[in-house]
Amino acid sequence: MNRLELTGLTARPSQVWGGVRLVPLVREAPVEGLRLHREVYEGLGAGIVELGPRARYVSYIPHGLVADWSGGDGTDPAAGRRSAAYGTQFGGDDAPRAVPLPALPHHRMARRRPGDRLRFLPLHLALEGYLALHFGGPSTAWEEWSRTALRDGLSPRAEDAYLGRSVRGLADALRIFEIHPGQCGVMVYVSDALAAAFVVPHPDDYRLLHASLVEDLYGELVHQYALYGAPVPRVPVRIGGEEHIRDLDGLRSAARAQERAWARAHDTLFARELLDSSYAFDRVYRMGSFTLWRFLPPFVRDSGGQHIGETITGHKGQVAYLKTFRLSDAQIRRGHLLRTLAGADWELDRAAAALGSDRRELVRRLRAAGFSALLKGGVRDCPHTAENRRKPR
Amino acid sequence: MNAPKSVRASAPVPVGADGTVRTEGRVADLVAAEDVLLFVNAAITATGQREFRSGAAEQQLSLDFLHTYVRVNYRRVYAASLALDINHHNAALIVRRLLETAGEASPGELRAEGRLIAARLALLPPPRVYRLFGELRRGKVNNRRTRAIMRDWLAARPDLGHDAVKYRAGLKTVARHIHLPCPEGGGPLAEVGAFLFRPGRLPRYEHGLLDAWRRAHYEQGAVAELPFTVAEGFAAKHGMKREVFLKRAAPGMTRLERLRTQERRAAAGRHGAPAPKADLTVMPLTRLALYVLSLGFEQRAERRAELTGALRAAARRAAGGHAGSWGRVHAVLDDSFSSSGSGQKRRRPLAVALACHHLLEVLAAPGAYRGLWTSGAGDALLVRPWGPTPLGMRILDALEPGADGAAPDRLVIVSDGWDNAPEGLAGEVLRVWRARLDPARRTAVVHVNPVYDAEGFAVRGLAAGVATAGIRDAEDLPALVEIARFAEGRTGTTELYAYLDRRVARFTGAGGEGGVAA
Repeated sequence: MNRLELTGLTARPSQVWGGVRLVPLVREAPVEGLRLHREVYEGLGAGIVELGPRARYVSYIPHGLVADWSGGDGTDPAAGRRSAAYGTQFGGDDAPRAVPLPALPHHRMARRRPGDRLRFLPLHLALEGYLALHFGGPSTAWEEWSRTALRDGLSPRAEDAYLGRSVRGLADALRIFEIHPGQCGVMVYVSDALAAAFVVPHPDDYRLLHASLVEDLYGELVHQYALYGAPVPRVPVRIGGEEHIRDLDGLRSAARAQERAWARAHDTLFARELLDSSYAFDRVYRMGSFTLWRFLPPFVRDSGGQHIGETITGHKGQVAYLKTFRLSDAQIRRGHLLRTLAGADWELDRAAAALGSDRRELVRRLRAAGFSALLKGGVRDCPHTAENRRKPR
Repeated sequence: MNAPKSVRASAPVPVGADGTVRTEGRVADLVAAEDVLLFVNAAITATGQREFRSGAAEQQLSLDFLHTYVRVNYRRVYAASLALDINHHNAALIVRRLLETAGEASPGELRAEGRLIAARLALLPPPRVYRLFGELRRGKVNNRRTRAIMRDWLAARPDLGHDAVKYRAGLKTVARHIHLPCPEGGGPLAEVGAFLFRPGRLPRYEHGLLDAWRRAHYEQGAVAELPFTVAEGFAAKHGMKREVFLKRAAPGMTRLERLRTQERRAAAGRHGAPAPKADLTVMPLTRLALYVLSLGFEQRAERRAELTGALRAAARRAAGGHAGSWGRVHAVLDDSFSSSGSGQKRRRPLAVALACHHLLEVLAAPGAYRGLWTSGAGDALLVRPWGPTPLGMRILDALEPGADGAAPDRLVIVSDGWDNAPEGLAGEVLRVWRARLDPARRTAVVHVNPVYDAEGFAVRGLAAGVATAGIRDAEDLPALVEIARFAEGRTGTTELYAYLDRRVARFTGAGGEGGVAA
């Protein structure tokens, strides 16, 4: 599996507000046997996740999602009650509302709950996957790498993202968006660049989770496009070839053709970069016939947007849940560098050759990408030191 | 003091004295007519409140610009629009602007304006007028003419004692502003003067309400005699139970207050004696639709017969002489999510659509009406604002021949004009249909829009060839359709101005006896 299969989801006409274009995705029938619920965390979203004995993930985590594959419709109050754990309070409408103490970290990104339920932290699962890319640091102790790099790897590793509220126009666009019947997902475009894709298994889940998009994280590029971009041109449909229309049925089929043309145009034009890329999938959890994955893009440069994300797929690989995050160019560069270095066993010259440049250039790039701490202080990109230190052979 | 002069004379490009119009003059004339319609549509819909897609500040800014633009360029039209079915907010705004800038008008214009203002003030609800007078005072508009207008309006009030209790601050401001003589000694005006300016001096009042107000300070029994808004304050002061108070105050409530507190009183009635129900059949149509939409689905289904009956009765009353005269009518009614309005205008667009649905049913020939909701809902009573706006497809459905196999005579579209599934399809369908399938214009298409689009300075239209009219209350639909005719661009500006003149003459003739002279 290396692609996203959005079969069963049809793009409906987009709704534009300012620079934001929202494309609804509609399912003919909801995915059987999987529901998603949201649980809201208090403490203004400050969250810590315990990843392992020594690793912690700190971020803004306003809510988590609970996947329920027990087959119930999720409205069964007993099912909700089963998830009650320490620190959990019940809301007015029997909704479980987790209230972790601020000092109490989340345990793991995805955690099994009693019954057929899995709690995971949307988007953070994917972001953590990106941050943990070759997190262990150099696998071979070449002399250029600093002692910190050899001991701690890339730790601490940080990336920036913007909250949906601070993406200009997004909150308004989501507020006035008119949800389609049967809608199970949405593609968010900012200045007609794909910012995020969000898919859930059931329309009822979507209706509840629609507003949560404003609390998601968006990449730097998305924020800048929203801030500096002009309003997206609305493209009203045109019915061409009107001289061949002789009756109402002709007019009706011409109108239907417009709807189909849009759906086709969206999949091939707008969402191509998401659907046509091949991803490295990493299995997080298997729940019955569904599997929770997170994925990383190929980190190739100059090929449009690159998205990380997480997805739940059914047994045939069709997407039941999807959430993506668009990486900024700097983030793609970092991923690309780390991939190349790891592929070259962290040997600078081999990596430089793989990149088609020389060692000096690679060192410069590493430092520019914010990985200075990995290199020893003496390793310079100035020529005379580079001349002095040949590779250890 | 004769009939007002033709408003056409105020167009910026004057028509030649011999009646000939130069070519460039005709273009300017068309622009002028467009501006006028733009303003009239805005003045009917915009209330300066938050809408689904824009905030209150945007709305006010946009409206303010339109008012200034029209007042400066077409002053007579600006005044004449008081004679149309514009909403109260804009009526008050126009009156204020006219009085503030009286110096810019000629004596003849002033006379016509005075008559229009007096007639419009008589129709405005008193709180609105008192607020307007307060604004005039704050704006330091105090000249002989303004004072005369206020004095005449006060003189026409049926009972100043009632106003003194209910609009105490407002009346006091006006009395100060116009130097209302409140002599000491006997007489009703003297008592009102004492009540407003020297409270607590008189041991008792002759006027029943004034005395009730005095007694209500220490006697719970007197509270129910007062107007509801005043009584509420006293009830809180005495710590009266809300349900008990509502039941006791019900006879003194206005129609709308009764409707507003109906649910609360019904809850009280469940425990004790049944509370007197508001008589739904006397409510205005759009108000009634708003009330129906405020109820839950179960309640609407339970009271189906009562609610539908009331809606139909109100529609018949609103249609009046027009009933059954529109032939085959098909309607497309917008119940998309955007028809939920805003926190300030809750479900207003949907209520207008629901009211139009019932009104059109009456206006159409018996059995020749078909209403289609954009969501595909079949039951008008159980509509809810939800889903996208596939207006184009619904228009296609509505253009299908009716039960008798004939195309509709009229197609009415009630929508905020945001057609988004897909965008612009409605306009395209209407354009192609008009060009290819109905070039003879057998079917009249009219689009009524309950939402003012602040960015576009107008109500949002669907297509170039389709007339769009603003709407606030569904009751005005027949009159609006008449105005919308001019927006199609086929009737000339002369007709538009003649129409305005007719409306002005009817308006001032009906309600403006003893008009205020400058």
